[in-house]
This record gives sequence, structure tokens and C-alpha cells, in this order.
Amino acid sequence: MGSIQRSARNATRAALSLQRSVNNGGSGAGVRAFSAQAAPAASAPPAGTPPPPPPPPPEKTHFGGLSDEDRIFTNVYGQHDPFLKGALKRGDWYQTKELVQKGTDWIVNEMKKSGLRGRGGAGFPSGLKWSFMPKVSDGRPSYLVVNADESEPGTCKDREIMRHDPHKLIEGCLIAGVGMRARAGYIYIRGEYVNERRNLQKALAEAYAAGYLGKNACGSGYDFDLHIHYGAGAYICGEETALLESLEGKQGKPRLKPPFPANAGLYGCPTTVTNVETVAVSPTILRRGPEWFASFGRKNNSGTKLFCVSGHVNKPCTVEEEMSISLRELIERHCGGVRGGWDNLLAVIPGGSSVPLLPKHICDDVIMDFDALKAVQSGLGTAAVIVMDKSTDVVDAIARLSYFYKHESCGQCTPCREGSPWLWHMMERMKVGNAKLEEIDKLQEVTKQIEGHTICALGDAAAWPVQGLIRHFRPELEKRIHEYASRELELFLSDRKLWPENLLEIRIWYHSNETLLEEKE
Amino acid sequence: MLRQVASRGLAVLRGAAASQRTCTSRVSSSSPSDLLEQTRRLGALSREYSTALNLHRNTGDNNPEVPFEFTQANLERVKEVLSHYPKNYKQSGIIPLLDLAQQQNGGWLSISSMNKIAEIVGVAPIRVYEVATFYSMFNREKVGTYHVMVCGTTPCMLRGSRDIEAALLKHLGVDRNEVTTDGKFSVGEMECMGSCVNAPMIVVADYSNGVEGFTYNYFEDLTPESVVEIVEAYRRGEKPKHGTQNPERLNCGPAGGLTTLLGEPKAPPCRDLSAC
Repeated sequence: MGSIQRSARNATRAALSLQRSVNNGGSGAGVRAFSAQAAPAASAPPAGTPPPPPPPPPEKTHFGGLSDEDRIFTNVYGQHDPFLKGALKRGDWYQTKELVQKGTDWIVNEMKKSGLRGRGGAGFPSGLKWSFMPKVSDGRPSYLVVNADESEPGTCKDREIMRHDPHKLIEGCLIAGVGMRARAGYIYIRGEYVNERRNLQKALAEAYAAGYLGKNACGSGYDFDLHIHYGAGAYICGEETALLESLEGKQGKPRLKPPFPANAGLYGCPTTVTNVETVAVSPTILRRGPEWFASFGRKNNSGTKLFCVSGHVNKPCTVEEEMSISLRELIERHCGGVRGGWDNLLAVIPGGSSVPLLPKHICDDVIMDFDALKAVQSGLGTAAVIVMDKSTDVVDAIARLSYFYKHESCGQCTPCREGSPWLWHMMERMKVGNAKLEEIDKLQEVTKQIEGHTICALGDAAAWPVQGLIRHFRPELEKRIHEYASRELELFLSDRKLWPENLLEIRIWYHSNETLLEEKE
Repeated sequence: MLRQVASRGLAVLRGAAASQRTCTSRVSSSSPSDLLEQTRRLGALSREYSTALNLHRNTGDNNPEVPFEFTQANLERVKEVLSHYPKNYKQSGIIPLLDLAQQQNGGWLSISSMNKIAEIVGVAPIRVYEVATFYSMFNREKVGTYHVMVCGTTPCMLRGSRDIEAALLKHLGVDRNEVTTDGKFSVGEMECMGSCVNAPMIVVADYSNGVEGFTYNYFEDLTPESVVEIVEAYRRGEKPKHGTQNPERLNCGPAGGLTTLLGEPKAPPCRDLSAC
């Protein structure tokens, strides 16, 4: 009976903590939603106002199954020539001069019309972001910085662009550079991508030799220089201000915002940092028209997207698909299904390591876009799908992520520097069940103390996977704790030599529970 | 109820045992050699938290007196690197220059190489030290000619990276972060290297031919057997084929045939730009 009461209490506690996480619940990496203020406003519409008109029925109800003609990255798998000759055949650098001559406002407007949202994780509307750059220079140059520091566990899409379609990225840099009124750009590529960097460097040299970059780029009268810079193995440099610090030759420690990079970024000049995929799709969008791009996916989530499916699927792969494709269709159409069949699925991390995982019953019908995944308290992030089947030790998998964040914390803010090792240590104990039941709540509390209290989103990213685990796999954690305790108890009772005679607590404990022990025997 | 009580009781027990242990360790003798041993252990402890010790102690082959100069060919490369940054921001070149020095130096950075870079970009040496200690690709201790790094983050872990590392360590007879006695190999763990759909994977940094011959190749879709073959091929002085080791796969495509991009790619249609 006691145990029933206790489990009821635990259930309430779990529900409470779930509610708490609903209120503070995160969205995509890099976005902090302070929805505590927004919640009451949304829940209480003033009396007397007519109910809002029902939204118009969506034109499309099924997404996915993109045709090859509608794919932007036509050399993802590297079966064709990645360099200039092949790129020209695939339609790159076609009428780039005309696009550049259309000017900044046209480019930004077309990007806004296309509904493209940043592909680096946060999903911020790209056209809007580009438009934040100063219209009139105060004497400082403007910079474009491309974030090719792809280090989010699960993500390997930018790599394919850089090694197999580098001209898409380089042409995109010119277009984005014009859209931001930038005269120079840097591509910050992660240090491990040595071969990718060499491909990119070769392509860049080709572009310069062909007159596509440099003075009077493509004959348009616009001067644009592009440089490649590289890091040396630090996840945190994927954060935009850490990336700028690293590009200035310092430790990659994020800067306080404001000032935002659009006001004072690289070398103190106006800068916009964008993801590789965002930049690389822009020339194709402009050539085919924003309406074409917006025709894919649900409203506000439009476009096509590179998905990287890794983990326990039969055929892991990177594939370009329509936004809003259902998770199940994505896995079954391109990845040969989950190992051992769909029913063998345990959980999925839908958007790179920073987003909370989803258990199978949510995966059954979730669709892959920013808003749908936010609605189930996860996020699209970088669309890196990590699949775990029933053979997975899910606590171990998340504990390894906690180790990752512990390892990659830059050490600047105390909650993250100290909190991420705490999380890891507690997760290591949770893995074997060497903990008390109360510690599950303590773990949740620690994540809440980290989240939102750091300069950058790495703290949040460290907290969310653990929160997701507690939200969906609390019974598993409890089971392990119970099993560990009973194992230890068996061991303890089986050997009288382990019983210290002079330890008061133990004797009190033993005598007060004698009846229970007898019951058990 | 019973279980809860049991875990409480055991926690008390464990606490008692732990405090006893600390008491005994505190009474340890304090002869100089013991102190040294304790310091060493402390170092080992801090290693648990960060993968490398962030301090420098002068040794015979790594002290400020050991000269370091870039070779003539590499001085050209230094110039090329610095040409990419504004003249008053030469500091930006620190990471590429450290990388260059590491390649020239056979895979690790000596204190004098860092001093040299500080001199070249015109900053205080500490500005270079702090960069070299921050980024995980810089080794400040000697590594093997072939430095093998295993990715251990969750996507690789799910596909068996622990077996890969175990097979590698067993085959080479070393611990993690240890160099084989012939100086040829060392094994380290790295965090996600961005090759997750081809997990599990390793990287081999080849420092055998200086800057010109430097390679940093990914080997993907490994098994405990194939990883041993790769290491053996390097030992024989061969250059094993990098990328995916699964013959059914084309780079990051699905095994056993692509599901998309089947035909020859055509240039996409372009709208009439003069009309919009």
C-alpha cells in the first residue's frame, strides 16, 4: 500500500515537473522561449470577442516524396564532378551577374517571400536576418560569415555540400554578400574537415580564376572577396559570437549580446553569420523563384531540407526531402526502416543532440518541421535524426551526450561549466541506478538551473536532452534505481560480515524494518 | 517501501565507508617522493575533467630554449595565411599557424613553436597558449606518427564505437592517449566529427610526411576487424582508401543503392529574371 501511495506521489511529481517543462519548454537550439509570460495571454481570450475564423484548409495534406527535379543539392552523394565543370552542368553560376545586379533589396525581398528559415538550428527567417545589416555604412565594412563549423552530434549535411557541391556554397556567398551589402566574406570551416576544406579551397580558386569573385565579380560591377578560415575542434565555435571570437584568433568563448553581430561583429564591424545550407540554397531559390521554394512543406516551414538519419536504421543516409515529411515516411522511404521494424523503435532525437528526444508513440505520427516538433516539446534543430531501437540503453545514450556537453563547455559561465559535469556525473549514476529516487527531481532541478542562465545556448542544449529523458523515460530511471537498491540489499543481507555492529543508524534501521524483512523472506 | 528503506540504509553505510577512506589517505606520509606521487595523481584527477592537462612543465625536448623555426616553404605558407586577414588583425592567423606548426613538428606543439607564432603575429605568448589549450585538435604532448582518433559521441556510440576503440586499443596494446613504444601510433577519443550517417568512424592524422604529405582522413562504416586492417595498412606504409569502408555504399548514400538522384542531374529551370 505504501508503495502505491508512493508511486501516486511520484506520478504527481512527474506531472508537475512535466508541467514545469511545458511552461519553460525549449524550442529549436538557440531560441529561448520565455513562454511564462505568453501563456496566460494565449489561454484567456477576452470574453465577448467572436472566435477566430477557422484557418483555411491546407492545400497539401501529404508531404514528402520530392522528385529529383526539385532537389537543390544534386550531388550530395558525390557521384558527379564536384568542381567547376560539373557545377556548371548542374546549373550553378547561371545568370549570377543578373541576380547580383538586381540589388540588395530585391534579393532580401525574394528571400523573405520564399519563407526560408535558417538551417543552422534556430530557424530564424533568413530574409529578415539579412535585412538587419546597416543600409548605409558608417565607414566600417560589412562582413558575411558562413558558419561551417558543423559539430552538432548527428549532423553531417554541410559536409556533403562542401565536399561535393562547393560551388553552390561559393555562389551563395556572393548572393548573400550582396544581400547584406558585404564586401568580404569568411567561411569558418571546422578543423576536422580537412579534405572538405581542400575541396572548397580548390573550388574557390576556380571561382576566382573564372572571374566569379574578387573585383567586379561575375562582371556585375560588385566587388566581393571570400576567404576560408578554419577552427581546431571546438563545438562551441558553432555559436555565432564564439565563432567570431575564434575567427579573431582567440578562445571560442561566446560574447554577450547586445551588441548583436549585425551592429558589431567580426573586428567590430557589422556582420551576419549564417549556416552553409541557408547560403547554398539561396541562388537556386532566386533562379527558380520564391514561390517554387514556398510550395514545399507547410506554411511557415517551407522548402526542402537535407536530413541526416543516423543510428539504428537499416541504411543510414543523408537525403534531401521536403519539409514537413512525416518522420516515419522519411525513415522508411530512404533509410530502409528502423532496425527490426517500426515496432522495435524506442526513441528518436529529431534534430541533433541538443533537442529533447521523442518516444515511439510521438514518433508514430510526428512530421518533421519547426512548428510541429516544437509542439511536441522538441525541435527540428539541424534535422539530424538519431534513431534508437529497443536494444538501446537510452540512459547511457543521453549520459554520453551529457559527457559531450561537459567536454565542450567553454568554461565561461558558471552554471554551464559546473552544471554540465554535475549532469554527467548524475547521469552516470542513473545509468546503473546508483541513486535515490529524489535525485531524479534534483537532476531536473539542475537542468533548470543551467537553462537560461548562460550567455549562449550551450547551457540550454546540455539541459534539454536530460529534461527530455526525464519527461519520457522517468519510469525507466526509477526501475533502475529500484533494481540497484534491491541488488545491494540482497548482497547486504546475504553476508552478516557486512553488518557493522557499532553503527547506530544501521541498527535502528534494521530493527525498525525487521517485520518487512521477515515478510520478504 | 522496502526498497526505499534499503537504499536509504545503504547510502548511510556508503557514506561511512567513504569518510573512513579519506581519513586513512590523509594520514599518509609526506616524503618528497610521496608528494610528487600525490601531485601526479592530482594531475590524473584533473584529466578526468578535461582531456588534457592545461599546464606546461619544461622537459628536455620541450622548453623555451629548444629552437623552433618555420621552414622556408612554410614561411611562404605563413605569409599566405596572414594575407587573408586585415593588416591590424594578424592575430586571426593564430589557429591556422598553430596547425601549420603542429604539422611541421610531427603532430605536437612545443612551447617554442607557440612563442614563435606569438612573435609572428605580434601578440603576447599567453594569447597563443590560451588558444592552443582551448582547442582539442592541438596536441601539446607527443603523439604517434599516425594519430588515430575515435569518435565516441552518441550517434557513433549507438553503432558500436566502443567496440571499435576497444579493438584498436587491444590491437595496439596501448591505453587511450598513449603512444605505442615504436612511436608510430596513438589513440585518442574525439567528440562528434560530423560523419554521423557513416558511423562508427575514426580519423587518422598522418604526420609522417610533414606539411606537404599531411593527411587527415576519415574512415567510416567500420567494424572491429576493418579498423585493425586500416591500422596495419598504415603500419606497412600504405595509404588505405579513406571514406566509407562499406562496399555497398556511396559516401553518405544509403547502402545497397540510392533512393534519390538516380539520373544524370540537369540544370534546374531558371525564370525570366528581367521580368521580375
